Amino acid sequence: MSGRAMRVATARPIRRRWGRRYLLPLATCAAIILATFAVADSFHIEYAYIASYPVFQYVVLATAWNILGGYAGYVNFGIAAFFALGVYTSVVNYLTLQLPLPLMILVSGVIAGIVGFGMGYLTLRLKGAYFAIATLAFAIVLNTVFNNWYFVGAARGVSVLRPPAPYFFGTYPRYLFGVMLGLAVLSVLIARAVEYSWIGRGLATIRDDEIAAECSGVPTLRLKLIATTLSGALMGMAGAPFAYYITYVDPASAFSLTTAVNTVAMPVIGGMTSWIGPVIGALLLGTLEQVTTVTISSALSVMLVGVLLVTFVALAPRGILGVVKALWERRPWAKP
Amino acid sequence: MGEAVTQSAPVLRALQVTKRFDGFVALDAVDFSLREGERVGLIGPNGSGKSTFVNSLTGVFPIDHGSVLFNGTDITRLTAWQRARLGLARSFQLPRPFKSQSVRQNIEIPLMFAVGQTNPDRIAAEAEAILLQVGLGAQSRASPKSLTQVELRKLELGRALAAKPRVLFADESMAGLSDTEVDEVLEVLMKLNAEGISIVLIEHIMRTVVRFSERIVVLVAGKKIADGDPREVMSHPEVERAYLGQ
Repeated sequence: MSGRAMRVATARPIRRRWGRRYLLPLATCAAIILATFAVADSFHIEYAYIASYPVFQYVVLATAWNILGGYAGYVNFGIAAFFALGVYTSVVNYLTLQLPLPLMILVSGVIAGIVGFGMGYLTLRLKGAYFAIATLAFAIVLNTVFNNWYFVGAARGVSVLRPPAPYFFGTYPRYLFGVMLGLAVLSVLIARAVEYSWIGRGLATIRDDEIAAECSGVPTLRLKLIATTLSGALMGMAGAPFAYYITYVDPASAFSLTTAVNTVAMPVIGGMTSWIGPVIGALLLGTLEQVTTVTISSALSVMLVGVLLVTFVALAPRGILGVVKALWERRPWAKP
Repeated sequence: MGEAVTQSAPVLRALQVTKRFDGFVALDAVDFSLREGERVGLIGPNGSGKSTFVNSLTGVFPIDHGSVLFNGTDITRLTAWQRARLGLARSFQLPRPFKSQSVRQNIEIPLMFAVGQTNPDRIAAEAEAILLQVGLGAQSRASPKSLTQVELRKLELGRALAAKPRVLFADESMAGLSDTEVDEVLEVLMKLNAEGISIVLIEHIMRTVVRFSERIVVLVAGKKIADGDPREVMSHPEVERAYLGQ
């Protein structure tokens, strides 16, 4: 075999693997973004973008939460804190530098990621309910801080005026829709990459048995810190555009209990062991919430989430993914 | 009865290791040494501190006093995963498989994290080879939930073996097994020892311990009361009184 022929022979499988690992997901994401835009545009009303925004926001939040809660089994109730960090980073920016939104999303991600790392370092030696309570306490502490920080409006809140939308997007709601859709796709790509990497394998062993994982050489604390940092960063990024979406920010909206509960409920209902679970949960519950809010009442949507959460925890603790997997394993046409 | 005469430099040493749980002293100034390729049996009645000793040496529990040396280096402050990477592996008294992963994936974890291999194909091939070595080749794709008790014990050993250890603690690897199954596991341990791995066998089945060990250490109420040749140790009056109830 000549040198060139050998090079070609060895390069092919690598190219094929590269394509499967990167090109295919990226092409799929591009197709999803374009198709979603086409569907939303087809309604010819701005409300389609406004109603879709929270659904994508939940995709980001649920996916981000699942990196620690689902992959590693550490239940974080501090969602509101990370989300609010993003929201208030945006508010501070609005009141001072007025940097463009994409840059603010990045800054929010960095700040929330650093805080996530710090919170993880302080709390990740705790386990189970103790860890969950510590994260909840963290959210309460941060809530108190923002309730008393007059620069960002303290308890009375602050109004945020939307700047003109970038030319390509036309209106600002359409721009926010695009930004959150992009963030949702990015967070899913990150969660998927984590799941299939050595980090994901390590996190799964932590969920199964942390002591056995340690004794197998898994640097458990290090992996959990990576997970809290990533998870916190993505939640912060989800919060950054919220100030421009809601246009009036106060601690009650930034630290919303509904957002926190929904973020935990979505992966639980969708399935926590894989990246697709939170996406399914967020799309289903997020859409259901929007539909019931518009057609019946927002109070009913909260109740529905509660009922679904209790039902799944009691009857299908592995979520929709678990149910589908169980049905697939019991398919009648399967070979014995 | 004093320390056994060491023929080569010890690979692992424990000096005055003490572990307390609140007021209860689980380990009381225990000294221990293990040579390269040595087979040692660690025995003692229930609650004597055997598992606590293993947990202390492998880094699962931090110790309150004393030190642990591996190849002459002080590893007292290292975490369990750092010790695993150095070559200290263990199996658990009650099997602790990674239930969400297949049998082969269980073996792949130490290969990835303790050994630091990165090539997926090589990791998979090596995991398959280890499974064949411990007699689980046919269960490679199965879930650990479907394994029998003896298979789970073998998986524990396979996972410890995948960390490419220099020292292996087999914590009651044969508890609850039939005579034939005990022989199977013992054969695996002998093979590993023949490859140069030092093994500490923590076991209740005395026949097996005596058959396997070159030296026996006896713990009673957190204290080492004997350390030496198996037959000498077993006939020692203090051991007979404390361990065998005679």
